[in-house]
Amino acid sequence: MIPDLLDRTARQLRELLDRGEVTSEELVRAYLDRIAAVDPGVNAFITVAGDLALEMARTADARIRRGEAAPLTGIPLGLKDLLVTRGLRTTCGSRMLAEFVPPYDGTVVARLRDAGAVLLGKLNMDEFAMGSSNETSAFGPVRNPWDPDRVPGGSSGGSAAAVAAREVVAALGSDTGGSIRQPAALCGVVGLKPTYGRVSRYGLVAFASSLDQIGPLTRDVADAALLLTAISGKDPLDATSLDRPVPDYAARLRADPRGLRVGVPREYFVDGLDPEVEAAVRGAIGLLEDNGAEVVEVSLPHTEYAVATYYLIAPAEASSNLARYDGVKYGLRVAGRDLADTYRKTRAQGFGAEVKRRIMLGTYALSAGYYDAYYLRAQRVRTLIARDFRAAFERVDVLACPATPTPAFRLGEKAGDPLQMYLNDIFTIPANLAGLPAVSVPCGLTSGGLPIGLQFMAAPFGEQTLLDAAHAYERVRGEPVAYPDPASTA
Amino acid sequence: MAWEMVVGLEVHAQLRTRTKIFCGCPTAFGAEPNSQVCPVCMGLPGALPVLNRKVVDYALKVALATNCRVAPVSRFARKNYFYPDLPKGYQISQYELPILEHGWIEVADDAGSPKRIGITRIHLEEDAGKLLHPEVPGADYSLVDLNRACVPLVEIVSEPDIRSPGEASRYVKKLREILVYLGVCDGNMNEGSLRVDANISVRPAGTEAFGTRAEIKNLNSFKFLEQALRYEYERQVDLLETGGEVVQETRLFDSHRGVTVGMRSKEEAHDYRYFPDPDLLPVVIEPGWIDAVRDSLPELPDAKRARFREAYGLSAQDADLLCSSRDLADYFERVAERHGDPKAAANWVMGPVLRQLNRDEAPPLADAPVPPGRLADLLALVRDGTLSNNAAKEVFDEMWATGRPPADLVAEKGLEQITDTSALEAQVDAVLAASPDEVAAYRAGKKKLMGFFVGQVMRATRGKANPQAVNQLLRSKLEGG
Repeated sequence: MIPDLLDRTARQLRELLDRGEVTSEELVRAYLDRIAAVDPGVNAFITVAGDLALEMARTADARIRRGEAAPLTGIPLGLKDLLVTRGLRTTCGSRMLAEFVPPYDGTVVARLRDAGAVLLGKLNMDEFAMGSSNETSAFGPVRNPWDPDRVPGGSSGGSAAAVAAREVVAALGSDTGGSIRQPAALCGVVGLKPTYGRVSRYGLVAFASSLDQIGPLTRDVADAALLLTAISGKDPLDATSLDRPVPDYAARLRADPRGLRVGVPREYFVDGLDPEVEAAVRGAIGLLEDNGAEVVEVSLPHTEYAVATYYLIAPAEASSNLARYDGVKYGLRVAGRDLADTYRKTRAQGFGAEVKRRIMLGTYALSAGYYDAYYLRAQRVRTLIARDFRAAFERVDVLACPATPTPAFRLGEKAGDPLQMYLNDIFTIPANLAGLPAVSVPCGLTSGGLPIGLQFMAAPFGEQTLLDAAHAYERVRGEPVAYPDPASTA
Repeated sequence: MAWEMVVGLEVHAQLRTRTKIFCGCPTAFGAEPNSQVCPVCMGLPGALPVLNRKVVDYALKVALATNCRVAPVSRFARKNYFYPDLPKGYQISQYELPILEHGWIEVADDAGSPKRIGITRIHLEEDAGKLLHPEVPGADYSLVDLNRACVPLVEIVSEPDIRSPGEASRYVKKLREILVYLGVCDGNMNEGSLRVDANISVRPAGTEAFGTRAEIKNLNSFKFLEQALRYEYERQVDLLETGGEVVQETRLFDSHRGVTVGMRSKEEAHDYRYFPDPDLLPVVIEPGWIDAVRDSLPELPDAKRARFREAYGLSAQDADLLCSSRDLADYFERVAERHGDPKAAANWVMGPVLRQLNRDEAPPLADAPVPPGRLADLLALVRDGTLSNNAAKEVFDEMWATGRPPADLVAEKGLEQITDTSALEAQVDAVLAASPDEVAAYRAGKKKLMGFFVGQVMRATRGKANPQAVNQLLRSKLEGG
């Protein structure tokens, strides 16, 4: 077997596959072996679809032999388990959907299938994407491949951990308040949240519809660009997807930071920011400056309201989005003595504590008499936050800041304190509220050997600029931080 | 004390677009349960609604026909509540920003004078599914059919301008007629295409302030609407006159007993937690869109009735009857145009044609076995004297039954009238010769015997004689001789 096969990026594998040095089937077998070896410890997968993956791999190999390979043909990927897959159970990390097998594919999944990508399986996550540590999953927590006592972040914790632990080449996650970028930072991989409307949400099980966006978690920025091109574009099945051209982001990547105007928002360097994280992020920004980027400090004055705003809007939308899980049509049904009792029992047993907390928060925020004070006011603040960004992007191309205030925390450390948990998303939430594209790139390790994430944000549909900046940083940073080696149980 | 009834109505009408409001499933009635469904209308995880623009076209037609103002920007909102026929746990409706507002239509009040009933708002929403309760003794389950889920509805909310059950009924009839004319709703109350809820309160006659109202649900016929209003009016007046109070509540009309019964009080009312649906964009309507719809608008019933009276000289009653449906009015106009005598055309359409249409298995007028051109051909045979009116009716029924043209049937049955005087003269002479007593009596002044002579001639000719020609001949022979 080719040495370090599991370390290769999707683009490197593309060359190996096209030259016939490896087949997709060999690749898939190597990854299935890897999953079997390390996943009992990491718990990144909820469902490993081995037979399906091998079948898809053989189909991909035939296509490659015919010379009809697309960029992702034959590349083994993992999907966060809230992307609806026809015939393959989609649990959302919840007891409610533990046995739910969808009869249809979401748009992004259909695009990946058409591209000939191979689906290795479905990845663990916080229940219904609500959480920042992957501890709310009904399928057990994911362990950080860098330290099994620590969380991988969330809610796309399985996606980030699977990429870091080399159980998949790349993965898709979803980001509502940082659910791609925060785990990417904590696991030392690249995580990209596209502009709201860039990627179809059809077939993404909704948490908060005005904030949710699907995006890639990858080994490097160029792979993120590759996946973004594959999943982007207007979808007639999603009214909120936008009709903008989809460039070949990877082919157009620029690696030169000269002339790049980088804004450093002062509100993102606050009390509670871990000193090692601050040092690493400032160091990374300095490195860009040393290599020709123009760095200026900017202000986003409404930043301090972002978390409060988010925790009104997201739960409000979630309280409505999750109403469909009622035991009538699909999913868990716990029969009660009458209809109301069946609703109560089904939802009491089907949902975990964090999901219930948010449904209650959201129901309250939308209630008659409170709507104006909470939901409506939150929407106004959201407008102000977006306006802050608009003003900043008149002066700079990208903003650079930490992705998270701390590196990965210990399992259980914040599980009893929702507020502390919510504050872990303090730097990622604003991009969702404003609909901006943002990416987290690894920028070093703490003295304790935990990854640190550098976040870039750009103006809406500024994905190319965003990826250019991240790619340029990656180049000046030098070759990646090492891969972790979670204990193999094989 | 004299009391006054104050009523406002909410009319839900299904829009007959080919596909549903937020997905591509067909809307047709009568299909196998759950055969017209997809991830969107089943509320599957991850599915998203996309607005069917045809529904907006239909709403704009309704706007133009009901004098409503079209909101340049309107929004869909979620109405949150749990019910097994509601797959998403919320209904997509409109709340703060409905698509249409501030309209009116004209109906007759109880004295027959025209009166405007204001329309507060008209909004778009999706229908829910249907619960089927099995008629099995002891069944402890219900079934859900989602074919109807996501079928487009308009909810038309009137101002509290209605003052009597008759007015309420005429208002709904008028709305229904407009919707059917526009081709946006089939108006079928039995199948639930048109459903009515009524808000009713009473107040001392001559006062301005509104009383406490009750909302009555489930009024699925004009008869029930009037019955329910009459009952509820009496109930509220009785309460107030005996020192009681009307409570604000939702009541259900029990059509078997003809009474309204309390369903839930204001305190028990749902908090629907409306908020803008983040899955759908605001509906933005450019003036050009309205103009395009205006160009496609058919002539509306009131305008058509007025034109029929003026252009064809029809009575108000005849114009009303002929305009009761667009198909019938079109049919009449085509007969009238081809035949040239609108009165004769009107009499035939309101008589023999309607009689055929009112039979149980009658096809829709568009597929009638006697198209307007054929009827006009038949009327031409009457005008030129080939057929008597009675014979023509017989031919018409035969045409309806067989779909054959009139000329063939007339020739085959030998129904042509005998108008040729020389051919009739022999018959007349024979009748007079056979009845010398009657001839004498007639000549002595018993003019009524003319009928007898005519009848004899008709009998002798088996009804084919032209009665006018016979009359003329008889008269000249009896009086001239």
